[in-house]
Amino acid sequence: MPQQTETEYKEILRQYLENQSEQNLYMGEAFSRKLIEKDISPEEVISIHKSALKDVLPGLPSKVWHSFDFLIEMMIRYGLALKEHQSLVKRQEEMQLEMEVASKVQETLLKTKIPVVEGMDLGYVTVPSRTMSGDYIYFVGNDMDEAGVAVADVMGKGIPAALCMSMVKFGMDSVQHSSEGPSGVLSVINRIVEKSVNDSMFVTMMYGRYDAKSSTFSYASAGHEPALHYVASENRFVELDAKGLLLGVSPDARYEEGSVALERGDFIAIMTDGVTEARTPEGFVEKDTILEIISSVKDRPAQEMAEHVFAELDRMQGFRLQDDFSLVILKKE
Amino acid sequence: MNLQVDLNREDSVQHFKVIGEIDAFTAPALREKLAEHPVEKGMKAEIDLSDVEYMDSTGLGVFVGYFKQVKETGGQVKITGLSPRLKRLFDITGLNEVMDIEEHKDDKGGLNDATV
Repeated sequence: MPQQTETEYKEILRQYLENQSEQNLYMGEAFSRKLIEKDISPEEVISIHKSALKDVLPGLPSKVWHSFDFLIEMMIRYGLALKEHQSLVKRQEEMQLEMEVASKVQETLLKTKIPVVEGMDLGYVTVPSRTMSGDYIYFVGNDMDEAGVAVADVMGKGIPAALCMSMVKFGMDSVQHSSEGPSGVLSVINRIVEKSVNDSMFVTMMYGRYDAKSSTFSYASAGHEPALHYVASENRFVELDAKGLLLGVSPDARYEEGSVALERGDFIAIMTDGVTEARTPEGFVEKDTILEIISSVKDRPAQEMAEHVFAELDRMQGFRLQDDFSLVILKKE
Repeated sequence: MNLQVDLNREDSVQHFKVIGEIDAFTAPALREKLAEHPVEKGMKAEIDLSDVEYMDSTGLGVFVGYFKQVKETGGQVKITGLSPRLKRLFDITGLNEVMDIEEHKDDKGGLNDATV
């Protein structure tokens, strides 16, 4: 124990015993911060107190001194708990750092480019609720007359979800240049995911492909939230149902394929459950409310539409996303 | 958030009654409870969710995992008492096609009953 610390403490204690003023208390508090910085344990503090008191108030009964020894014993556990806490904080900081690096890796991994296709306007928003996202959006296309869009939601969040998602990404890359339709694409990815995930993990995914030559959108779903087709001529939404089991549950799952023709002003909205299961303090956001929000911006460009829906739902949830949020708008110009 | 799971066995069917919300916080407890009763060859498990108002994808993951284990041994999982909201979750995910799903008694029996 540095002599100086003891001397300083003794002085502060002496002053306090004489005056008992706020000022003295404040000095004590400031001093305790210094002790923490110097990593001095609780039992050492009592030991400092004891030896300071011997000088400041000599002649106390011996039982009082014994009581300090007893208190020092009592505080040893606290000292250990404090040490443990400090090492946990340090480890947490290290993990936080690793998380940030991982999140950067994920960002690079998930980079995707909106394909340019004649007569089609694409926009999307994807926002993680925590550092690592469990949602995944990936575009493929030949930059001429075809565009494919994959929207996936990996169960859970954080690192396990991110690792699982990289499998989906590599699966997508492997089918990018094949002639597989949406149903075939999901079958391939299902087999990859099923082989590699643990029992309680799964992925929901919607894969859609727009063909500019015929203005049709074909799609298949693996347990994913149905996409919405806005039919401009009738001013209404139609759910694009397509039966299909979650990815990763059964190796021989089959995926139904559907297809719709898009007219001018029609659009397709593909989302994850962060959109449909948005919760406010008053309860779930009703589906009709979500449709109203989308409708209110139906004449704007796809990217603005997606951003507006996100901003509205984020506001309704008090700017605290409960779940990763992803929305893709594919609009026929 | 609390989650309660009651177990009882009746005519070789293992019943689980789940009460509460199933989310990322309570899912581990549910998984443990289900694991308390070891999966036996050809076992029949029935899980009553009539007192579950909310379940997120983590909760669904617990049932998917349990279903896989039971199926592997040639057994069956039946899920009963689903609220319309939960029913929709099982429908969308396609789990209604591989598990035996039953809606809440009050909602049952309509012409539009979509259970396959």
